[in-house]
Amino acid sequence: MIAELLDQVMDPEIPVMTIADLGILRGFDVVGSEVTVTITPTYSGCPAMDTIKADIASVLEQHGFTANVRTIYSPPWTTDMITLGGRAKLARVGIAPPGPPREVRCPRCFKGDARTVSEFGSTACKALKACSSCGEPFDFFKELR
Amino acid sequence: MSTEALNHGDDNLVIAQRLAEWVSRGPDLETDIALGNIALDHLGVARALLSHASENDGGHEDDLAMLRSEREFTNLLLCEQPNGDFAQTIARQFLFDAYQLGLWDSLSKDTDVTIAGVAAKALLEARYHFRFSSSWVIRLGDGTAVSRRRMEAGLSQVWRFVDELFEQYPDLRPAWDRRVDDVLTEATLIRPTDPFQRRGGRDGFHTEHLGHLLAEMQSTARAHPGVSW
Repeated sequence: MIAELLDQVMDPEIPVMTIADLGILRGFDVVGSEVTVTITPTYSGCPAMDTIKADIASVLEQHGFTANVRTIYSPPWTTDMITLGGRAKLARVGIAPPGPPREVRCPRCFKGDARTVSEFGSTACKALKACSSCGEPFDFFKELR
Repeated sequence: MSTEALNHGDDNLVIAQRLAEWVSRGPDLETDIALGNIALDHLGVARALLSHASENDGGHEDDLAMLRSEREFTNLLLCEQPNGDFAQTIARQFLFDAYQLGLWDSLSKDTDVTIAGVAAKALLEARYHFRFSSSWVIRLGDGTAVSRRRMEAGLSQVWRFVDELFEQYPDLRPAWDRRVDDVLTEATLIRPTDPFQRRGGRDGFHTEHLGHLLAEMQSTARAHPGVSW
């Protein structure tokens, strides 16, 4: 029940990804109607964290629970924590998922020959690449590990 | 209050504020975004550490960030130095990233579990920051005559704040030297020397630049006490 509710909470910057897909949902405890949810940030300064906390509280409160959201930093989040389903979703919306496998594939022509335009992209968790084959510029969910 | 959390929290807050001054003024869009992203990482670390520093006395991170005076800030002098030109910002960031690589690695084994957790996370980010700043040191140093001159000037401008980094952690110095020297060699730059090393940040004695930075950063919070945004 709680897991299903939390599955409705999306990353506001990549709204196809649930917090479980991203690997930032670390767990939850239920005591009566009180739910303690533990999350961890992707990047220390991720500006989406406040929205995510509010969204968690809101979905739980709509279903009659009292929510308490806790942020932990340890063990640190790495891109290896993104689920397989999450990786597939990223690729579907045109964001190249992080390795493994190490090779970055163009989400348009699927060739693995991309150059880095910028190590830092549109959000803290993305870099900007361009396909050397078809020329498509695309976001890459940068590897952190 | 945890002095350690406060010290490192202040370092990250102040350098984040400095980097944020670049937003919309970067030499190109990608670099502008990069500096903004790095600022955000430092700000996130600062928030985690300042919340931790204030939690034992029932205070709030915002009070520490917005309501302390210059003399109460304990950041390293390097962090508060003005941006100068792009090369000078890169020089400051490069020296600081090289320092944070060793620092976070060492603090990730701290007995304070909150600090250890923040450090382990920040270490991953510091590696990414160091990749960015060192690649620019190499590009500018081993670039044109103009970029080289500016990179040299930038490094020599901030070099007098290097010794202060290791006052508390002398053990971190040898690895820092190696890290920095490797990049300088690749950049074909000569390591600066500056016998007039400045210190005092950890005791609240700052260069003239911190006051101006705080005036800008704190003005809204001080003009509208308790305001939320």
